[in-house]
Amino acid sequence: MKKIINIQSYIYGITFFFITLSGFAQMPIFKRYYIADIPGLGWLADFYVTHLMHYIFAGIFIALVVYSIIDFIIFKMNFDHMRKDMVVRIVIFSGLILTGSLMVIKNFSGTPFPNGLIIGLDVFHLLFCMALIIFGLYQLIKGKKALLSE
Amino acid sequence: MSKKISRRAFLKGSITIAGSVAASATITTAANALTKEKKEPIATLIDISKCIGCEECVYACQESNADKFPNPEKPYPKMYPSRVPVEDWSQKQDVTDRLTPYNWLYIQHASAKIDGEEIELTIPRRCMHCDNPPCVKLCPWGSAKQEDNGLSRIDSDLCLGGAKCKTVCPWDIPERQTGTGIYLNLLPALAGNGVMYKCDRCYNLLEQGEVPACIEACPEDVQTIGPRSEILKQAHALAKEMNGYIYGEHENGGTNTIYVSPVPFDELNNSIEKGEGRPHLEKVDDKMASGNNIAKAMLIAPIAGIAAAAGKLYKATKEVV
Repeated sequence: MKKIINIQSYIYGITFFFITLSGFAQMPIFKRYYIADIPGLGWLADFYVTHLMHYIFAGIFIALVVYSIIDFIIFKMNFDHMRKDMVVRIVIFSGLILTGSLMVIKNFSGTPFPNGLIIGLDVFHLLFCMALIIFGLYQLIKGKKALLSE
Repeated sequence: MSKKISRRAFLKGSITIAGSVAASATITTAANALTKEKKEPIATLIDISKCIGCEECVYACQESNADKFPNPEKPYPKMYPSRVPVEDWSQKQDVTDRLTPYNWLYIQHASAKIDGEEIELTIPRRCMHCDNPPCVKLCPWGSAKQEDNGLSRIDSDLCLGGAKCKTVCPWDIPERQTGTGIYLNLLPALAGNGVMYKCDRCYNLLEQGEVPACIEACPEDVQTIGPRSEILKQAHALAKEMNGYIYGEHENGGTNTIYVSPVPFDELNNSIEKGEGRPHLEKVDDKMASGNNIAKAMLIAPIAGIAAAAGKLYKATKEVV
C-alpha cells in the first residue's frame, strides 16, 4: 500500500511541476528573463506548446483528484478527523479545477463569456495557483509529506 | 496489508462516483448559464479589384481613432533585463506604410499577372478579426476582448504590453507602444512594457449604428459590412463573377474579414512586402484547434479517475468475498 501511495505522490509531484511551469509560461516572462534561452527550454517561449502542455497535465490532475476523492471517501473518510490542511486542499483544488474548466470552455469558438467574467477567471485561477504554491511550501517547511499523499 | 470494505463503504463509493459525474455536468451547466447569447458576427468584405490605393481609409482611420492613440509619458522607466525593447512610435506617428500603434490600417502593394498582363494591386490590411481570436483567448489578463458582433479589441486600460497577443496572432497584427498604460503603476522595471494597439473596427461607431471610418471614407466602395453569412454569400458571388479567389473564410478557423481578389492569394503573398508591421497572405491553420481538440479529450480525465477508483473498489470487494 505504501508503494502505491509513493507512486501516487510522484505522479502528483510531476503533474504539479509541469502544470505550474506551463501555467506560468502563459505569461510572457520566460523569454524576457532568459529562461527560454537555456538549452532545451526554448519551448517555454512557445505559447501554443505550453498551452497544450497545460491542458494535458490539467487532464492528468483532474483524473488524480477524482481518484483521490473517491478513494478517500470509500476507504478513509472520517469527517471527525478531517484536518484543516485537507479542507485547504479541497478549496484550492476545487477553485483551480472550476476556474480552469471554465477557461477551457471559454477558449472554444462560440462561447462568448462576458469580459468581466474572463478577467475574474484569469485572476482567480492565478490566485488559486499562488495559494497552492504557498500552501505547498508551508507543508514542506512543516515537514509534512506530499500534498496529497494520504 | 489487505484492505477490507464494508457494504456501507461500497454504497458510499457508488454514490461518490455518481457525484463525480454530476460535478462534471455542473461545470458544463455553469458554463452554459454564464455564456451570453451567441449572435451572428458582423464581417467585412474587401474587394481588392476595386482598391485604388488612395489611402483615404488610412487617414480616416487615423482621424477617427486619434483619441485612442497612445500618449506615452517620458522619460520611459528603465526596464530589466536589458533585452526588453523600448518600442516608441510617438515620434513616428506619420508612418503609414505599415501597422504601428498610431496606424491601424495600411495599404499593401502587389503586382501580378492576369492573362499575361502585369497589373498593380493595392490591399487594405488591418486586423482580420478572427472568429476565435487567439489574441483574445490567450491573453493572460483578459485585456483583449471579443465583442458580441465578432470584433476583437484590446482594452488599453488593462493591457500590460507583454505582446503575447502579437506572438500568438497568425498575422502579428498588434503593435506595442512603450511608456503608456497600467504597467507604469505596477512594476514598470520588471513587468509589462506599454500597451498593444490594433484595429478595433471602430467599435464605438458600430455601437452608434454607424459604419467604421475606413468603410465610410472609401471613394471606391471597396469594403462592405454586414452579417457574416451574407458577406460570405456576396464574397462567393463576387469571386465567381471575377473568376477570383477568397481569403479569410477559412484562415485561422475563419475570420470576419473576407478578401476577394482576381489573383490567387499565394501569388499576392509572394509579391507583397512582408515583415514587421506588414502581414502576410499565407494560408493559416486554425491556431486554437489543437488545444480545443485536447480539451475535448480531457473529458476522459474524470472518467479515468472514476475508473481507477472503481477498479480499486472492485478489488477490495473481491477480497471481502
